Amino acid sequence: MLAWTIYLSFAGALACLLTPRANPRATRAVALGTALAGLLCGLMGAVQFKPENGLEVITNVRWIPALGIDFSLAADGISVTLVLLTGIAALAGVLFSWNVEHRTNEFFAFFFALIGGVYGVFLSLDLFLLFVFYEIAIVPKYFLIAIWGSTRRDYAAMKLALYSFIGSGMVLIGMLAAYAVSGLASFDLQALAQHSFAPEFQRWAFPLVFVGFAILAGMWPFHTWAPTGHSAAPTAASMLLAGVVMKLGAYGCLRVAMTLFPEGLKMWQTELAALAVTGIVYGALVALVQKDFKFVIGYSSVSHMGFVLLGLATLNLVGWSGAVLQMFSHGIIAGLLFGVVGRMVYDRAHTRELDALEGMGLLKAMPFAAVTFVIAGFASMGMPGFSGFIAELQVLIGAWQAFPKLAIIAGVGIMVGVVYTLKTTAKVFFPDKTAEAELHHDHGRELDPISVQERLGAALLILCTLVIGLHPRLLLDLIVPSFQSPLFDGLRKVAGL
Amino acid sequence: MSWILTNLWLIPVLPLLAAGISALLKRPNRSLAAGLAIGSLGASFLLSLMAFAETLGKHGPAARQFHNFDWFALGDTVVRLGWVLDPLTAAMVVMITFVGSLIFIFSVGYMSHDENFTRFFCFLSLFAAAMLGLIIANNLLLLFMCWELVGLASYLLIGFWFHKPSAAAAAKKAFITTRIGDVFFFLGIVWLYSETGTLLFYDGGRGCLEQDALSKMVAHTTIGGLAASSAIGLLLFCGAIGKSGQVPLHVWLPDAMEGPTPVSALIHAATMVAAGVFLVARVYPLMEMQQAGVSEPIPLTAVTWIGALTAIFGALVAVSQTDIKRILAYSTVSQLGYMMMGLGIGGVAVGMFHLLTHAFFKALLFLGSGSIIHGCHEEQDIRRMGGIRKFMPVTFATYAIGMMALSGVPLVFCGFWSKDEILTAAWLYQPSKIPFFLGLGGAFLTAFYMTRQMCFVFAGKYRGGHDASHDDHGHSHSHGDAHAHAHDPHESTAVMTLPLQILAACTVLLTLVSTPLWPWLPEYLVGEAAHWRPDKLFNAGTLTLLLVSAVVVGAGIGLGWWFYGLLPAEKADEPDPLEQQFPEQFAWSRGKFFVDELYAATFVKWNTRLGELCHNLDRRVLDLLVSIVGWATTGCAVLAKLFDEFVVNKLFDAGCGEVRRGAEAASELQGGQIHQYLRSIGLALVLFVFILAVGCNK
Repeated sequence: MLAWTIYLSFAGALACLLTPRANPRATRAVALGTALAGLLCGLMGAVQFKPENGLEVITNVRWIPALGIDFSLAADGISVTLVLLTGIAALAGVLFSWNVEHRTNEFFAFFFALIGGVYGVFLSLDLFLLFVFYEIAIVPKYFLIAIWGSTRRDYAAMKLALYSFIGSGMVLIGMLAAYAVSGLASFDLQALAQHSFAPEFQRWAFPLVFVGFAILAGMWPFHTWAPTGHSAAPTAASMLLAGVVMKLGAYGCLRVAMTLFPEGLKMWQTELAALAVTGIVYGALVALVQKDFKFVIGYSSVSHMGFVLLGLATLNLVGWSGAVLQMFSHGIIAGLLFGVVGRMVYDRAHTRELDALEGMGLLKAMPFAAVTFVIAGFASMGMPGFSGFIAELQVLIGAWQAFPKLAIIAGVGIMVGVVYTLKTTAKVFFPDKTAEAELHHDHGRELDPISVQERLGAALLILCTLVIGLHPRLLLDLIVPSFQSPLFDGLRKVAGL
Repeated sequence: MSWILTNLWLIPVLPLLAAGISALLKRPNRSLAAGLAIGSLGASFLLSLMAFAETLGKHGPAARQFHNFDWFALGDTVVRLGWVLDPLTAAMVVMITFVGSLIFIFSVGYMSHDENFTRFFCFLSLFAAAMLGLIIANNLLLLFMCWELVGLASYLLIGFWFHKPSAAAAAKKAFITTRIGDVFFFLGIVWLYSETGTLLFYDGGRGCLEQDALSKMVAHTTIGGLAASSAIGLLLFCGAIGKSGQVPLHVWLPDAMEGPTPVSALIHAATMVAAGVFLVARVYPLMEMQQAGVSEPIPLTAVTWIGALTAIFGALVAVSQTDIKRILAYSTVSQLGYMMMGLGIGGVAVGMFHLLTHAFFKALLFLGSGSIIHGCHEEQDIRRMGGIRKFMPVTFATYAIGMMALSGVPLVFCGFWSKDEILTAAWLYQPSKIPFFLGLGGAFLTAFYMTRQMCFVFAGKYRGGHDASHDDHGHSHSHGDAHAHAHDPHESTAVMTLPLQILAACTVLLTLVSTPLWPWLPEYLVGEAAHWRPDKLFNAGTLTLLLVSAVVVGAGIGLGWWFYGLLPAEKADEPDPLEQQFPEQFAWSRGKFFVDELYAATFVKWNTRLGELCHNLDRRVLDLLVSIVGWATTGCAVLAKLFDEFVVNKLFDAGCGEVRRGAEAASELQGGQIHQYLRSIGLALVLFVFILAVGCNK
């Protein structure tokens, strides 16, 4: 069932492409159908999935036998969680892209090619296949930004592509090295994970692969592509970029770098955690002084992804499950934030400058956007009741056991997160009286009402973060048993579990 | 297990349901929203009484019952939530639901002209639900979740009139300031979990407040020679500092008065700000763990000193304020300091006792000030009031009772006895007598500033309404006279005065169970049986202290009367009599010792500077590096291109001229439109994967 998410998305991409350009409504219908079907497959797969079985192989066919490359797909609770996230993000993305009029068919074709690639990465068991899907996911991103983007889109698209490909290059080198050194003549992840590489090899191969993937997860100091890319991208693309593409990087770190080279993680643990914590605090501080609404959210993504990396580096079960839950949680919340900023505000106000937005009386003009942003802001700053709280709590507990001092600094990052979120909310939606008085002289500006699709998309995302925040077992019961599978044998041994 | 124990969750959930339903109501459904809120809280009050009855007559460990259940897996363990029913819980839920219901009823009158009436009751119910959840929680994590939720409700309610910039700013300030304390609180939770592996308070011997966990923590020495228990206790106390407006995080509480007055009464006087005090009381077993080699438990020493400093600080500032609500706000800061000090030196009974009595008379004072503000046409400056005794007799009488309870007028007011307990404990405090004298000084100042406020508001003649300085539009005199009567203050309606009378009655009646003769309330709070103890009252020590505190209070009231009551101010813009005597000290007090300015000049500025530094690092350094890599690559590409053109191509061209012409002809077949290329690339890619996928899936 889960594998169909991949095939359906690529089929949907094709179908979108074939719809006539003059008829965007048809394209939208196809897109909505594809997204719904994908989410439904993911949900059914999740329901049927038995977490206690560990890694469940879905498909396994010889692909290039000479090189030991298989087309093999498999899922464990971590994959299922992220497949669900992708399904939700895709559906919300379609709903928030309802107003794309420019080359609608191509837009959604690229959109679903990206989604298909993402599903593929999350479900691949073969390292080579994973890499192929990873590249498939990167390419459409470039076009989405370069064609439908705004503000310095060429620069942003190029920056993002360069960063991604440098990361891919590092991953590729590490991957081929592992293939050659292991002598197994196989790209099967499980086989490679069970092979114990020499510590000396792991010492350099681990950081190569980990950082290669972590670039895409917005790891400091390789993060600058993220805010620029997020800001230039059209709404749906920023939602996907922050929502799922950054998770590809984090997933790669966990699935490839950490399972293959667990000793390497142990050697570099402190350095990685330090970089992650730097990212948390640094991202939050930079978000504090941004003048562009989307840059604030972009930097907040860097900060929140720091929690994922910190959780991965803790080398204990609480930290890891927190990291995976944070991937899910941040995907939903960042999607919501970008939906409000990109679709509700920017597409109507045509500016993202905080100073300009301050004078527009947006609270009166679009109360729904204001309420949504306030909720999303509270979710993002880790209010209890929303998914982010449970995730960050777990990461911090894990981090406290491994490196208490860094955990304290990460706590300070949370505090700055509160400040920039409230500051931005106040500036955009609750400005001073003077600014509102100016509005009266301006005779106000008629803004389009918030559409049904936007309301649905926002409601979907809010519902997800609330449900997981109040009943985290839904996902944690999937995630936690996954770490018992043979894939993680090496990691568990190193962690002493 | 009794019915009420298993169903204790209903107490917070009923108001939560009311909040949820009224969130969906449309604006015009005013009476339905108010009815839902009051009805649900009333039902919670009845349940609270049942819970209270359940705890009566049980003493010692038997007085504590709890109920736990699984929530989610945390790594390889399970997080369990639950609720606890002990005298502490029962007394707090009864107080909150009772005072809360009265304030809800008062709000019906106070907010009757507000267009967002429905939303107001929705937020109030949300707050009540979160606050009650905080009280019954048997898990530090659940407590923290409710703790944040009350912070959220407080943020929403302070900013309720968000069209006032000052209200929006105050809401933001309150949230951020309390959040600073909360981060440390949160770290304390994380640490506690790492030490004990549980966050349940009581769990049949496995909870984090029970003997096993406590002795494990006290034996574990960490940074700076602190035992883990002391360090965690201090971190948790940081949360209480933020929430309960203790120095140095008190700055948000006076600003929070921008919210509607019932909110100030409920949240920023009676309940939420007391949550910090309650937290310290709840985790008291942890706070009082004594590590080897230190004479006093370290967290409690911190609680004592912070509390004593706050008590005197708040009173010093309250002396010179002119806004009726801000005076009460600083008085709340000061009284919260007393509660903390009581907890630190006298234990749970002393601190919580003052919390409970304070909740009644401070709610009374705030509602009274609301009635005055309402009657004086939204005027909050006490200099523009005066003579209101005649216009608002009920408000005056009840306010006077509240004022006397707060000032600690002897014998018939509960505030006197609870404050006296704190001072007695402070007198017996071994390490230092300074907290005692700070507390005594605070008591003197409290009596003084409350007398000052009473004189300004109720004595003399009315200085507001039609006043030369107020009338800045220059109406003609006759016109002004016609309006004079309409501008006079008026007594509030019964829906507002009735809660005042009930609260005033409670303030007096509580005295019956609070005197050292029969100290039922303080003994009940710690699960002890109360006995008739005339000897406790009639011994030399207690009597002397009672006398001393009565004299101090008398001196405060007398001095206040001498300064402000003998010659009530004639005009609103007269300088303060105290200002004429001590101009310099008065300026410091009125400027609130310039703490806000200090923070703005330091922390706020540094934070922004750091943010800008990082921003520039990103823009200038990291992006420059990227650009350099880009330029270098482009440079290499240009070199390669030159090499190609001038070396490779020259040779190649010579040989391939013919082939090239053929190729040019073929190239016309291709349209050269980029997007068509992209389309075919995309199409091919998708087809490829699709065929692969379907083929392989068989």
